[in-house]
Amino acid sequence: MSSLAVKVSKLSKIYGNTTAVQDLSFEIETGSITALLGGNGAGKTTIISMLLGLLTPTSGTIHLLGKQMPEQRKTVTPKMNFGSPYVDLPKRLTVRQNLDVFASLYGLREPKRRIEQLCDELHLKNIIDRPTGKLSSGQATRVGLAKALINAPCLLLLDEPTASLDPDTADWVREYLKAYRDLTGATIILASHNMTEVERVCENVLMLKSGSMIDHGSPFSLIEKYSRQNLEQVFLEIARSPDGAQ
Amino acid sequence: MNEDKSIPRIPRLAAPKAEQRADRSFSPLRVAAMIRRYLYLLQSGWIRIIELAYWPIMQMILWGFMTEFLLNSSSGILRAGGVLIAAVLLWDVLFRSNIGVAISFLEEMWSRNLAQLCASPLRTHEWAAALIIISLLRTLIGVLPAALLAIPLYQFSIFEMGFTLVAFFSNLLIFGAAVGLGVSALVLRYGLGAESLAWVGIFLIAPISGIYYPISTLPDWLQFLAHALPSSHVFEGMRIALAENRFDLGLFYNALMLNAVFLAAGFFIFLGTFRIARRQGLLLQIGE
Repeated sequence: MSSLAVKVSKLSKIYGNTTAVQDLSFEIETGSITALLGGNGAGKTTIISMLLGLLTPTSGTIHLLGKQMPEQRKTVTPKMNFGSPYVDLPKRLTVRQNLDVFASLYGLREPKRRIEQLCDELHLKNIIDRPTGKLSSGQATRVGLAKALINAPCLLLLDEPTASLDPDTADWVREYLKAYRDLTGATIILASHNMTEVERVCENVLMLKSGSMIDHGSPFSLIEKYSRQNLEQVFLEIARSPDGAQ
Repeated sequence: MNEDKSIPRIPRLAAPKAEQRADRSFSPLRVAAMIRRYLYLLQSGWIRIIELAYWPIMQMILWGFMTEFLLNSSSGILRAGGVLIAAVLLWDVLFRSNIGVAISFLEEMWSRNLAQLCASPLRTHEWAAALIIISLLRTLIGVLPAALLAIPLYQFSIFEMGFTLVAFFSNLLIFGAAVGLGVSALVLRYGLGAESLAWVGIFLIAPISGIYYPISTLPDWLQFLAHALPSSHVFEGMRIALAENRFDLGLFYNALMLNAVFLAAGFFIFLGTFRIARRQGLLLQIGE
């Protein structure tokens, strides 16, 4: 199997006169945690949507887990999953019912066992039979994470996984994701505005601006390259520079 | 959050056992999962189930009394026992079938679940199949109580039509589902601002379906349109069955063939609109 979990080549997405993503190419190693970092309108959600097959690229190619998207989508989707604050689970269904439906959609043979496992690991036992719409934001995030992990994906895409969470819960989620990657060797891609999160969790960063990749590297290499003290300062320099990267 | 403060338990999961061919083109398991999803929703509140049966019962009562009045004063066709009640019940099959597909689809938009489903292994045609099956269940829940209530209230049992009823019911169910798929596609394409189409869209064909009057009542140019609809053949057939006590096979075949065309068109529009939605980024931008 290729050591590349993701290979994107000359990817563009154009809506009428608006270019959301332009000529983007990058590769992501299997088992790594990579951040898509950029301000509003940088193209993070558009890129994740294209990786998920929710959005058809205008041009360019995407290979996930060695398969071309969207042509081989049906082979790849059982092995990947995602979470985003911009989507919800049906609110009237209980947590258990929602997880049960998605376990079946992902073709799990023993959905009950898997749901029990996730309930245990993500501390969902006392809310498992509660309607999903009646959860706190922290609980809803953990349920969203459970849905994203229901098929133990080899490739996990997360859009702002800790948005709107208190620091304690956010920290918990980050540690869990690292633990998940360490144990399963899964590849994780997350879009985030949170520089501290990226510095702590990710080995690679793709810096995006106006739909293009401005720079990339490990958080430490970027901090060193820009002679800054942290990733936030690097981000601000890139965001405010008219030309982008150094 | 008490227990949340504990150190995350290291995930100890081995990869869960997946179905051997999770990538298959059509999976009955995924269709069943979606049906279960809509059944869970129906279970979530008794008001939803009551609402399904409410309008058919009200309609049946209203038209039942109207029939009793007309029985004493009107023409032969109307004197055929229960023709209006049968028309009301069968119209409701068509209406409920259409709305059963469209509302179930809308539930995903209202709950912002569309992207989760579209990023999963669920195929669009499997989803369409699940929508049609759940629509059948919703229609039965809606229409059966009204049909049963008509027996003690008006001494009219639509079930006495036997196979004829099955033939009418199936045809209207398929036609309603086909229209429902088309309406769902329109809502996906134009956003929740177009959701009222789910309720009112089917009424566009009501005047030319000949629900309460023969198609010959319509002007010639409308009769041409009416004959292109499976529903008009079903309602003509219903009147013949009740007035002359015979099953018109020709009308049944007409309805069946037209339904094949409408269902294929419904699927085609539904699947095609998803392709457009993926191109235009509509799956993540659910709103008005």
